[in-house]
Amino acid sequence: MAEISSTLLYGAFMIYLFSTLFFAMSISDKKHEKAAHTKKWGKIGFITACVGFAAQLGYFITRWIASGHAPVSNLFEFTTFFGMMMVLAFIILYAIYRTNGLGVFAMPVALLVIAYASMFPKDISPLIPALQSDWLKIHVTTAALGEGILAISFVSGLIYLIRTVDQSVSSKKTKWIEIVLYSLISVVGFIIISLAFKGAGYEASFEIMNDQNQPEKIVYDMPAIAGPANGEQLDDSFGPLFSTPSWMNGANASIKLNTFIWSLLSGAILYGLLRLILRKRIAAALQPKVRINPDLLDEISYRAVAIGFPIFTLGALIFAMIWAQEAWSRFWGWDPKEVWALITFLFYAAYLHLRLSRGWHGEKSAWLCVLGFWIITFNLIAVNLVLVGLHSYA
Amino acid sequence: MQSITCECGHSNPYGTSLCQACGKPLDSDVEVLSSMRYEGSARRSQTYKKTFVDHTWNFFSSVRVGVWLIIIILVAAAIGTIFPQETFIPPNVDPATHYESEYGTLGLIYYLLGFHKLYGSWWFIILLGMLGLSIIIASLDRGIPLYKALKTQRVTRHDQFMKNQRLFSVSEEAELEEIKYTLESLRYKVREEKGNLFAEKGRFSRWGAYVNHVGLIIFLTGAMLRFFPGMYVDEILWVREGEKASIPGTKSDDGQYYLENKEFILEMYDKEEKKFNSALSSVDGEVAKNYQSNVTLYKTTPNHTIGEEPELIKVKDGEIRVNEPFKFDSFALYQTDFKLNEFSKMSFELEEKATGKKFGKLTVDLHEPEKKYDLGNGYRVEIEEYFPNFILNEQSQPSTVNNLPDNPAFVFSMYSPETPKGEKAFVGIQKNIEAGENQFKMSFAGIETKDLTALTVRKDHTLWIIALGGVIFMIGVTQGLYWNYRRIWIKQNQDGVWAAAHTNKNWYGLKKDLDFLSEKTSLIALVDKESDTK
Repeated sequence: MAEISSTLLYGAFMIYLFSTLFFAMSISDKKHEKAAHTKKWGKIGFITACVGFAAQLGYFITRWIASGHAPVSNLFEFTTFFGMMMVLAFIILYAIYRTNGLGVFAMPVALLVIAYASMFPKDISPLIPALQSDWLKIHVTTAALGEGILAISFVSGLIYLIRTVDQSVSSKKTKWIEIVLYSLISVVGFIIISLAFKGAGYEASFEIMNDQNQPEKIVYDMPAIAGPANGEQLDDSFGPLFSTPSWMNGANASIKLNTFIWSLLSGAILYGLLRLILRKRIAAALQPKVRINPDLLDEISYRAVAIGFPIFTLGALIFAMIWAQEAWSRFWGWDPKEVWALITFLFYAAYLHLRLSRGWHGEKSAWLCVLGFWIITFNLIAVNLVLVGLHSYA
Repeated sequence: MQSITCECGHSNPYGTSLCQACGKPLDSDVEVLSSMRYEGSARRSQTYKKTFVDHTWNFFSSVRVGVWLIIIILVAAAIGTIFPQETFIPPNVDPATHYESEYGTLGLIYYLLGFHKLYGSWWFIILLGMLGLSIIIASLDRGIPLYKALKTQRVTRHDQFMKNQRLFSVSEEAELEEIKYTLESLRYKVREEKGNLFAEKGRFSRWGAYVNHVGLIIFLTGAMLRFFPGMYVDEILWVREGEKASIPGTKSDDGQYYLENKEFILEMYDKEEKKFNSALSSVDGEVAKNYQSNVTLYKTTPNHTIGEEPELIKVKDGEIRVNEPFKFDSFALYQTDFKLNEFSKMSFELEEKATGKKFGKLTVDLHEPEKKYDLGNGYRVEIEEYFPNFILNEQSQPSTVNNLPDNPAFVFSMYSPETPKGEKAFVGIQKNIEAGENQFKMSFAGIETKDLTALTVRKDHTLWIIALGGVIFMIGVTQGLYWNYRRIWIKQNQDGVWAAAHTNKNWYGLKKDLDFLSEKTSLIALVDKESDTK
């Protein structure tokens, strides 16, 4: 069953890739293509996305059967599920607005999320006592769906910025758009570099003293730029150039920081290559390809927040509080992950109130959606990496 | 202040900008579209701006102020996660030095600014209070006039009101019955008056914002009630296996609860289990499967006096696991912590050093050691001093860290017919120091251990209020964001049939309705003034 499950996930990934290509076909600029062309390829892209979603749903169900619990209990499973919820959110919003351009950007972002997930250990792991609750599936799936829909508001906001920000001169705005695109490219960099070192079978070992003051061996699968805090190198492999600060407290913080640095480096190389090939800013190269009405993009990103916000609140705050009451005897404990869920809630609450005034529609609103997605990813990645807390098992 | 009577005959309260019945701008410089958000109703904050009360009201009713409060709270909450809060640092360290030694100068600054207790600080509570006040005042300022305005609105609207709507068209002629039928098929509620139509859909969604704000206020009130005595109990209870302990915080007029820990169970996952094999083999230690306490609950008789040995009446048995608290009365017990193999009893034998001959065995209860142990035939042992958790203190004197028998040590006096004055020896784990040259020694003869369980004792009478607030918030936020209030006005004028439309959000959805309408009827498609200007 576990094998069927991973085959289905792989299949879903490939189908999403095709869906992206079909959506790209639909907006391809081959001299006054007729509306029929756009419509046809858009429809094919949409159906492909739905088929991919069905395949991934198959992965989810078979893995559930294989493990005996909902597959949302570690970083691989959760991040994969988050990608799946992004696809679902895209399907919902496409069904409302029928915008092919949204598919060209939303599907690759979902693909990136799923590929990123597959870099984590994929073993089916048993549930520790704290996770043995029905609220695990209820809380995590609802929160992921909410975040998936909010992610679409980011995609739509990003397209808005690519579409409308003046690319004829370099400005603060064009720089920030490039930074956002560079971050996305860094995820690609992360995937390439992980596969490369994994393929080469790279290993570097360190000995550290753990919390119980016992010596513990930790193994890097990439050359150590950032070594562990107070670690002793056990082999004559490369590095480390510096030690991870000791206040980074999450599980395996130094390995994660090291991987993060490698991702940024490889992202920078990829980005540099793209700039060399395109000979202009990436957003400037993309701009002529997106011809969606900016008002519609603004509407989609607002609608995505309007749909996603209640679901996020329900899953990430209310269900979370009910579970926390059952498991930890208090519904709220100011744990960092809880606080960042609250911050996400407050941020989108502020967004919804700002939308009441006219001046915050359009571009400002789009920047907010980008910032909102940054908060969500920060909570997904950095809180587990940097901050201690009850959620640091992942 | 006097009310304003519109030409349609409706009397509007002072401060109104659009007539609440027909929508005519009551002042020449009123812009219809921007006034539509609250129907041009008379809001206190927009009308009275003189006294201190006015200024306070106007400050808190502003959405801009509300957003600033949200942002400030957001930033403060984020600052609180930079370093762990005081509740997350190890319990036995002094925060005054911990933050500096762990996190350096930044940690020291963090501590000095009080950020290690940020969420309980007076200024954070005040910020939350101000946000609560802002929610209440902003909702009253807008909600009540809006409710009145939507109730008062008439079918026939003033020309100027119609003309200034974002979506507007003039058709030469249109079949009213046809329009009415089509709109009803789109589930609009249509009213007719003198050949004019007013169609509306989803008016209840306009109340969403106010409903969710009510929910938030109930939630915050519930959270505040915790500080009232009797509403909230938060205690920790350690019980050894086989022992009974009174449950803190559960004393009332009809008695006190006691809990017996019959057994503490710790289960680990079997590394051989096929399903999890690869995941388990990649971790060094074992992975916990279950923490469980099997308990029995007792209660004393109602008129039990303190000091007397209580008479315990069994209430029920139970099993407590993580995620499965044990509930009774209004209390719940949660599996929180445990300690395995705490020393409970230690056995020794009195031994003659020269011959190795033994003169009896004694067992010391490490929690309640006896003073004297008579071994018969003139042999006895006395405990002169007992250090449950032995340590040499700063003056190099034997001392104890606490009362937990983690590292027990004793000063024994051994008496025998040969040594009636007694011989002293200091005995601890792997330690045996004699006062002089002794004839006898205490030899170690075994140890018994017990498991302990730690349970959190919780009573929370505020939970239902908080849950109610959460439910109302969710209803409100869904009602406000998943529906919208769409209105379409049709008016027969001399130059043809006027049509205007408005929605509070989702113009895309409204336009789809209107496209359908003009497709099915002879009504000319409504034009969006905003997208024309772009």
